[in-house]
Amino acid sequence: MTADLTLISTASVMIGCGVYLILERSLTRVLVGLVLLSNGVNVLFLVASGPAGRAPIVGLSPPPATMSDPLPQALVLTAIVITLGTTAFLLAMAYRSWQLTGHDDVQDDVEDAAIRRLAAADEASDSYDLSQRAGDEDDLVEPAQEEGRPR
Amino acid sequence: MNALVPLPVILPLLGAGLALMLSRRQALQRAVSTTTLVAVVVIASILLYQADRNGPQVIWIGGWPEPLGISLVADRVSAMMLLVSAVVTLGVLVYSIGQGMTGDDRDTPLTIYHPTYLVLAAGVGNAFLAGDLFNLFVSFEILLFASYVLLTLGGTGSRIRAGTIYVVVNIVSSMLFLISIAAVYAATGSLNLAQLAGRIAELPDSVSLVLQLLLLTTFSIKAAVFPLSFWLPDSYPTAPAPVTAVFAGLLTKVGVYAIMRIQTLLFADSPLSDLLLWAALLTMLVGILGAIAQSDIKRMLSFTLVSHIGFMLFGIGLGTAAGFSGAIFYVAHHITIQTALFLVLGLVERRAGSTSLLRLGGLARLAPLLGVLFFVPAMNLAGIPPMSGFLGKVGLLEAGLQVGSPLALALVGSSVLTSLLTLYAVAKTWSVAFWRTPEQAHEMAQALPEPDERRPLLDPEVVRHGDHVHVGTATYGRRELDEARSIRDEEDGTNRDLHQLLQAGELPDTLPRTMVGATGGLIAFSLGLTLVAGPMFGFTDRAAADMLERDPYISSVLSGGAR
Repeated sequence: MTADLTLISTASVMIGCGVYLILERSLTRVLVGLVLLSNGVNVLFLVASGPAGRAPIVGLSPPPATMSDPLPQALVLTAIVITLGTTAFLLAMAYRSWQLTGHDDVQDDVEDAAIRRLAAADEASDSYDLSQRAGDEDDLVEPAQEEGRPR
Repeated sequence: MNALVPLPVILPLLGAGLALMLSRRQALQRAVSTTTLVAVVVIASILLYQADRNGPQVIWIGGWPEPLGISLVADRVSAMMLLVSAVVTLGVLVYSIGQGMTGDDRDTPLTIYHPTYLVLAAGVGNAFLAGDLFNLFVSFEILLFASYVLLTLGGTGSRIRAGTIYVVVNIVSSMLFLISIAAVYAATGSLNLAQLAGRIAELPDSVSLVLQLLLLTTFSIKAAVFPLSFWLPDSYPTAPAPVTAVFAGLLTKVGVYAIMRIQTLLFADSPLSDLLLWAALLTMLVGILGAIAQSDIKRMLSFTLVSHIGFMLFGIGLGTAAGFSGAIFYVAHHITIQTALFLVLGLVERRAGSTSLLRLGGLARLAPLLGVLFFVPAMNLAGIPPMSGFLGKVGLLEAGLQVGSPLALALVGSSVLTSLLTLYAVAKTWSVAFWRTPEQAHEMAQALPEPDERRPLLDPEVVRHGDHVHVGTATYGRRELDEARSIRDEEDGTNRDLHQLLQAGELPDTLPRTMVGATGGLIAFSLGLTLVAGPMFGFTDRAAADMLERDPYISSVLSGGAR
C-alpha cells in the first residue's frame, strides 16, 4: 500500500496540536484540542483508505478499480457526527462550569489536593479524615456566586 | 440467521424514543422502560439457550452480501454477558423508580433519566453483540454518551467537576480507538472480527503487535486497568446512587469483554501474557491499597472496583481455557455484586444522610435490614466461602497454579493478598458505619477542624486576605461567604453527622420497599450464582473453549467461507 505523505503530515500536525491543547487547563482550549485531534484522526482514515479515486457510486462511475474506497468515508462520516455531539456536550459543560465557578478551568483532583495539603502540613498519613473533607469541598462558595455573580 | 439477535439493541432504543415522547406522563414512562428491559432479559435468556445449544447466533444487518454488512453475533460469552447485564440494568431501573429518580434529589431532572438509561442499555447490549470493530466503537459511543448525561445529571458543582475528567478521558480513549480502527483497516482491509481473525495472523509480527497494543490501550482505559484507571475513582462517586451502581457494574466490564474478545479472536498467536499479568498484578494491588485509604464508602468501593478488574485480567492474561473460564465467571459475579453494593450505599445515604465513615455509626441497630443487605454482598466481594466470589477466585487461582510460571504464581499470591485486603476494607466499613454508636461518630466529627479552614489549601484559586476571599478573579466578603455556608448547611445538611441528624429527626424512618426489593433481588441473584455455580462453571468452560478454538465463531459468522 502506498501512503500519501501530505495527508500523513497534516494528520500528525493536527493530532500533535490537539494533544498539546488537551494538556491545557481551560476547558475551552481542551475542547479546541479535541476538535483538532478528532479531525486529525479523520484525516488518518483517508490515509487508511489508500490512493484517492473516483466517487464510489455504484452504476454511475467507472470500473471499481478506479473508485476510492467508500468504507473509510462512511466511517469518517459517523465519526464526524459523533464529534459534533461531543463538542456540543463539552461546550455546555464548559458554560455550566463558568456559571458555577466563574471560570472554566479543569478543577483540581480531590485526591491530589488532599495529598498536596498533607505534604504542606507535613502530617503523617492521616488520609482517614482528609479525603473525606476534600470530598465535600465542592460548592462551598457557590451560593455566594449565585447572588453576587462575578462579572 | 436469527431475528432475535438485534432486539436487545433495537428495543431499548425504541423504548428510549417512546419514553422521551411520554416525558410528561411519568407512570407511562416507567411502564415503558420497565417493559422494555423485562423484554430484553427474556430475549437474552433465549439467546443464551440458543447459543449454548446451537452455537453462535448471527445476523447480518441490511441484507448486504456477507462480508460487507454489519454482523451481530451472540456466542456463549456475549449471550451470558448480555443476560447478566440485562438483569442488572432491570434491577437498577426498579431501584431508581423506587427512589423516584430521584425524588429526594431536587437537582435531578426526572424526564430525561428514563430515555438516557435505555440508551445506555442499548449501548451495552450492542457492545456485547458487535461483530465488527467499528460497530464496537459506535456502541461504546452510545453508552458513553448516555453515561455523560447520567453522570452530570442536574449539573451541580461536584458533578461538573467529575464529569469534566470523565468526558475528556473517554473522548481521548475514543480517539485512540478510532486511530486503532484506521490502522487495522489500513493493514488488513477489513473490520469484521471474524475476517480479521484470519487476516491479522498473516501480518508481520511487528505490525500485529502495534495493532494489539493500540487496541489493548484503548480498552484498558475503558476497563480501568492500572495505570489507566486514574479517572474512575474520581468520577463515579458523585453521580446519583443508581447511576453509580450501573456504571460500576457494567461499563468497565464492557472494556474487559472487549479485551477478552480481541485477545482470543484477533491475537490468539501473541497473547502478550506477561504484559497483561503485570498489569493485572498492579491493578489489584494499587486498587486495593487505594480502597483502604478512603473514608467515604463510595470512593472505597470505586477503588475495590478497580482492584477487582485485576482478577479478570489475571484470567485473561493466563490465556488458558481454565483462566478464561474463571475470568468469565468472575465478570458475571462481579457485575452483580458491585452493582448491589452501590445500591446498598444509596440506601445507606438515604437512611443516614451520608456515606462517609466520619459521620456514620450504629447503622446495624438503626436499620438491621440494611446491615444484612450490606454484609452479604460485602463478604461476597471479599470472597468468603461459600459464596460466588470465593468460587470465582478459586477458579482463577487453580488456573494460575496450572500455568505455574513464576509470574502466574506471584499473581496467585497477590490475588489472595488482595482478597484479604478487600476483607479488611469492608470489615473496617462494617465496624465503623454499622457497629460503633452514633455518639462515637459525633465525638469524632467534633474533633475535626472546620472544612472551611482547609479550603484555601485545597484549592489554590482561593486566597484569603483578612475579611475577603478571592476565588479566581472574583472577590467575596467574609459575610457573603458565611451566608453561603449557612445556606448550604441548611439545604443539604451534609455537614452534620448521623447523631445530629437523628436528634433533629430529619431522617426517614423507613426505606421505600421498591428500593429495598430491587437491592435484595440483585443480592438474591448473586447468591443464585453461587447455587448454580457448578453448571455455570460447566458453561463458562464451554464458552472459554469456544473462544480459544475460535472456529465456532468464525465459521458461523462467515458461513460462505469469505476469509
